[in-house]
Amino acid sequence: MSHHTDGIAEICAHYKDEPSALIEILHDVQARFGHVGDEAARDIAARLNITRADVQGVRSFYSDFTTAPASPARIKLCRAEACQAVGSEALAAALTARGIETEIVYCLGNCALGPAAMVQGRLIGRADADTLEDARAEALNG
Amino acid sequence: MADRIFLPIDAAARSVGADAVANAFKDAGYEVVRTGSRGMLWLEPLAEIERDGKRVGFGPLTVAAASELAAQDFPENHATSLGPVEALDWMKAQSRLIFARCGVIDPLDLDMFEAAGGLKGLKAALARSPEEIVETITTSGLRGRGGAGFPAGIKLKTAAAQPGAEKYICANADEGDSGTFADRMLMEGDPGQLIAGMIIAGRAIGAETGYIYLRSEYPDAIRTLAAALKAWEDRGWLGEDILQSGQRFHIHLRRGAGSYVCGEESAMLESLEGKRGQVRAKPPIPAISGLFGKPTIINNVLTLASMPWILEHGGDAYAARGHERSTGTQAFQLAGNIRRGGLLELDFGISLERLVEDFGGGTLSGRPLRAVQLGGPLGAYVRADKLDVPMDYESLAANGAMLGHGGIVVFDESVDMAAQAEFAMEFCAEESCGKCTPCRIGAVRGRETLAKIRKGVDVSANLDLVEDLCTLMADASLCAMGGLTPMPVMSAIRDFPEDFEPRAQAREADVVE
Ligand SMILES: Cc1cc2nc3c(=O)[nH]c(=O)nc-3n(C[C@H](O)[C@H](O)[C@H](O)COP(=O)(O)O)c2cc1C
Ligand code: SF4
Ligand code: FES
Repeated sequence: MSHHTDGIAEICAHYKDEPSALIEILHDVQARFGHVGDEAARDIAARLNITRADVQGVRSFYSDFTTAPASPARIKLCRAEACQAVGSEALAAALTARGIETEIVYCLGNCALGPAAMVQGRLIGRADADTLEDARAEALNG
Repeated sequence: MADRIFLPIDAAARSVGADAVANAFKDAGYEVVRTGSRGMLWLEPLAEIERDGKRVGFGPLTVAAASELAAQDFPENHATSLGPVEALDWMKAQSRLIFARCGVIDPLDLDMFEAAGGLKGLKAALARSPEEIVETITTSGLRGRGGAGFPAGIKLKTAAAQPGAEKYICANADEGDSGTFADRMLMEGDPGQLIAGMIIAGRAIGAETGYIYLRSEYPDAIRTLAAALKAWEDRGWLGEDILQSGQRFHIHLRRGAGSYVCGEESAMLESLEGKRGQVRAKPPIPAISGLFGKPTIINNVLTLASMPWILEHGGDAYAARGHERSTGTQAFQLAGNIRRGGLLELDFGISLERLVEDFGGGTLSGRPLRAVQLGGPLGAYVRADKLDVPMDYESLAANGAMLGHGGIVVFDESVDMAAQAEFAMEFCAEESCGKCTPCRIGAVRGRETLAKIRKGVDVSANLDLVEDLCTLMADASLCAMGGLTPMPVMSAIRDFPEDFEPRAQAREADVVE
């Protein structure tokens, strides 16, 4: 068994190989390996005794899971209404102009202090292009 | 002896620098107690220090201001000085039943929770029979805070009447609506209130297992709640023999994964079973056949968190508050382009105008207010001259709007309502679970058509088409995702027609200056 397969087995065992815990398992796999690849999907399916199509179907339904490695320093930028009302669209454009790509999310629960963003699980309020560029640099170097 | 300083660990407060401020106080030798937020988010980071038995506030703070306060021993005439926090207009006006301890206690300090009366409701419930609990909740008139406003007592009664020992309580902590953060604040500031509410609901229907479905966008809340559950178990307040009453109840925490529709109760059940979040056809209702096919109560965080207060003070005391059939209190959340944004717990019935103008202080930009979206992304846009409406379920419905989860999102005059209408369709297309055609196809077509309207292509024919699509979606969608998306779209078209006229891009607001 590969190192990868061992890791998956360990995660599934933590949830007692329970199919109803699939989403928790995918979260842990995503956190540990940076994505949920096809090999991981196959291993999870085998452990939980469900089909690979089941796992892939769930993986593709939820936007938290990616099939290719995602940068840990990516900026999640809220594009929902309360943040739109304080200029999140312009902020997204400003970041694009600096060559910084953002991932769209809808609401981070910081709607009174928008524009809101999240980098590495850290919530940022009243965000502007400078603070987000700094947060990204910090995440890349840290 | 150094004074204790209270400072929020709430994610919103942290998002504007509360951690650095906490460190500055610690460096200066103070003991810092991290609490939830009082809800005055425009004042965050807001520190409180005890003086003559009162907690005196200072905010919003920077690290420099914090060091200055420490050096000068918190002078009353400091630029950030607010005076006794409980005496601030924002606080005095409220009826904080559910948020009484939020911002006051350390959310993970069970002694502080108990000393502040946190266990009273649970103890009252444990001393009563399941039937009495159902009766008390029914008398209170409590309605679901997740959006639909369904009476909580009726749901409990239905589930309680089902045979069998395997039943579930599911707390809906998916809080996906833009403009809402009340569940988050409560879970981060007083998680014990939710845990107690779930045990009470469990006792009422004969369930011994609960799930909390908490969205992954809330990592702080996940951490706090996980730690709180562990602390409650260790203390014997949760688990096999709760407070030596013989009552058994276990709670599992489950994360969402970035899907809005998983806040819909049946999609949430699918997700809790480890599946794609697709909406189930009704009937059966979850109270009869829900999680793993067993009787299940699904309630919003705030619905469950209201139960301890009701059990402690009685159903009549709760029903005495509020406005007509909207009994009790509601957590209103002021968001978007607003000068003083945050959370207020008030009796139902206050006018939207008072909330936005008196409490909120108008727009953050200082430009005239143009629109308010009520009740999240599926809620209506209300025009600035129509804000004089009482905030309760029935009055809002009569005005073609809805309360939803209590989110109030303010826009100034720079808003382009045609863009907002297009966004509503885009959001629906993006988040649709795909189960039924009116929503899956309708939203995509709606978005395309609104994009054409914004470009000035065949405007009047295309507006007719959007209206037809909206009628179809409202009438034939399986759930409220497709069923209510027409609300923001049609309210924008009806109440802001000038934004849908050809060349709307060149509206006056944009060319002046
Ligand atoms: C698309 C959609 C999203 C929803 N999201 C939430 C949510 O995030 N939180 C919530 O409590 N209810 C949400 N609801 C409402 C739930 O379906 C359900 O009515 C509610 O959880 C019942 O609890 P309550 O009676 O305490 O309100 C949503 C409904 C729909 C149609
Ligand atoms: S209305 Fe939309 S979200 Fe609801 S069941 Fe139909 S496709 Fe799914
Ligand atoms: S709308 Fe952006 S954080 Fe809620």
